[in-house]
Amino acid sequence: MSAYSITEPSGRQKWVAGTLVIGYALITLLPLVWIIMTGFKTPADAISYPPKVVFQPSLEGYVNLFTTRTRVTPEALAALPPPSGFAETIVRNRGMVIAGPSKFGERFVNSVIIGFGSTFLSIVLGTLAAYAFSRFKIPLKDDLLFFILSTRMMPPIAVAIPIFLMYRSLGLSDTHLGMILLYTAVNISLAVWLLKGFIDEIPREYEEAALIDGYTRFQAFVKVVLPQAATGIASTAIFCLIFAWNEYAFAVLLTSGTAQTAPPFIPTIIGIGGQDWPAVAAGATLFLLPVMVFTILLRKHLLRGITFGAVRK
Amino acid sequence: MTSNPIDRLARATPAPMAARMRGLSDRAIAWLFVAPTIFLLLAVNIFPLIWTVRLSFTNFRANRPNQAVEWVGLENYTRILTDPGIWQNMQVTAHFLFWTIFFQVIIGFSLAWLINRKFRGNDLWTTLIVIPMMLSPAVVGNFWTFLYQPQIGLFNYVVEFLTGTPAASFQMLGSVTLSPWAIVIVDTWMWTPFVMLICLAGLRSIPDYIYEAAEIDRASKLRQFFTLTVPMVLPFLMLAVLFRGIENFKMFDLVVQLTGGGPGSVTELASINLKREAFEKWRTGYSSAYAIILFVTVFGLASIYVKALNKVKER
Repeated sequence: MSAYSITEPSGRQKWVAGTLVIGYALITLLPLVWIIMTGFKTPADAISYPPKVVFQPSLEGYVNLFTTRTRVTPEALAALPPPSGFAETIVRNRGMVIAGPSKFGERFVNSVIIGFGSTFLSIVLGTLAAYAFSRFKIPLKDDLLFFILSTRMMPPIAVAIPIFLMYRSLGLSDTHLGMILLYTAVNISLAVWLLKGFIDEIPREYEEAALIDGYTRFQAFVKVVLPQAATGIASTAIFCLIFAWNEYAFAVLLTSGTAQTAPPFIPTIIGIGGQDWPAVAAGATLFLLPVMVFTILLRKHLLRGITFGAVRK
Repeated sequence: MTSNPIDRLARATPAPMAARMRGLSDRAIAWLFVAPTIFLLLAVNIFPLIWTVRLSFTNFRANRPNQAVEWVGLENYTRILTDPGIWQNMQVTAHFLFWTIFFQVIIGFSLAWLINRKFRGNDLWTTLIVIPMMLSPAVVGNFWTFLYQPQIGLFNYVVEFLTGTPAASFQMLGSVTLSPWAIVIVDTWMWTPFVMLICLAGLRSIPDYIYEAAEIDRASKLRQFFTLTVPMVLPFLMLAVLFRGIENFKMFDLVVQLTGGGPGSVTELASINLKREAFEKWRTGYSSAYAIILFVTVFGLASIYVKALNKVKER
């Protein structure tokens, strides 16, 4: 639009709109900033009132997040060799020694395995199905597509009971594979819908040219369509990953230890007399940061991703 | 371009894999590509759903697999539909849905409308506003319990700072009157950006020339807003409400972390109650019937709503 368009807002309008939006953004970001800040406070600073905005940063929250500690008598503490490393120093200052690693690392690794595993599987299956839906005549195509979308409407708890029973008899309960399959099933609707949209936009002429050149259908798919769809595949993958990364209901209902991801674990981080807020905040920060980064990288595809492509720009 | 087509074909397809795929018709490839997805969905979604229906007619208990299973017919269903406790959970759910959608629509639409003024840097701020909805509701809910602490929490401090109400005098999560609002606040904080993004898509889909025509007709700005902007964004807004409605109807993680349904049962949404019946009391048959009732409710409401949405779209 030209600068002289009558629909162009005036400078004053823009200024007011900008101020209001930025004001809202600052309020909305405050809890997030507070999580990150709390992760670097000492337990005493975290619960002081009025809330401390200026404080002496400490890594105690992160140390507590990754370790389990035991209290020892002052005599025993004095008898120990000098502390090795900053973590040991912090813990000794509290009259404790490091007893071993906490379960956070393990849970985080589970989140990574299950998140990436299910994302990979969703993308592989989703790309194949999306290609078929985009390019071929399939009987009842619209019904099948709607069926795929409708599986996402189901409340997790409505299917959790039989999945729980089914997994128990198949030996899949509390396993990485079980959770990967489950999250793939939840994500596949998103993957098929999004990828179909991206593949629809690739001109058919490219493949037809490849077919005339002697490529088979499959070769044309691999060598022509996949490279063209790469950006779409990447952003779909991140949406699948974010879902699997954040999922809580299935994780808490169907896993107990081996395959439990971080979201059910972080709220259970307990210190002396209640939750150890700096450690919880440290865990939350480590867990939320990748998603925040992805969100910023993903901003162009955001809308399509959250609505299964149902809203077209 | 001197070689003949047969030569080119021969060079282009050396691999045995290709030779095998060559034999497949398009139709076969289509089925081969779609089948794994359909199979997975049948195995992990549809089969369990059918199983839930079957269980809902029994008195099965998953923690006592050896106990004989009896068919009880519709008993589970009649017990649920006549239980006043469940109706109360449904009411809690309805209130929660109403207020979250109310606030998210108003704030989300306003934000989208402001962002559409195209001020400098609006893309950056839009991206920042969107971050909360991308985070894990359970982790976020847990951290908000910290923000809501009466003695130490940031939220209470800000309220004290703004209104003078002493921070220690009110418990957002422990009070019967305040805790439903505590949940509404966090849900609104998390999901307003979603409504905002969809409204923004709606606003951007309105072509400028419509406003230019209205301007020539001397329609006032207010009139333009109500006769052009609102009707054209309405289908988008309704779609946002549909998505939020379905999501909040099955809301679980955020509320479990914030209040766990308490105090008493003032924030006990249907899905939280269902989880309690299924995985704490282990009344598997009963909770299966409950799950089916919830599922049918969502589907019923959603399809009525979609009909209304299509009517709005046709206008």
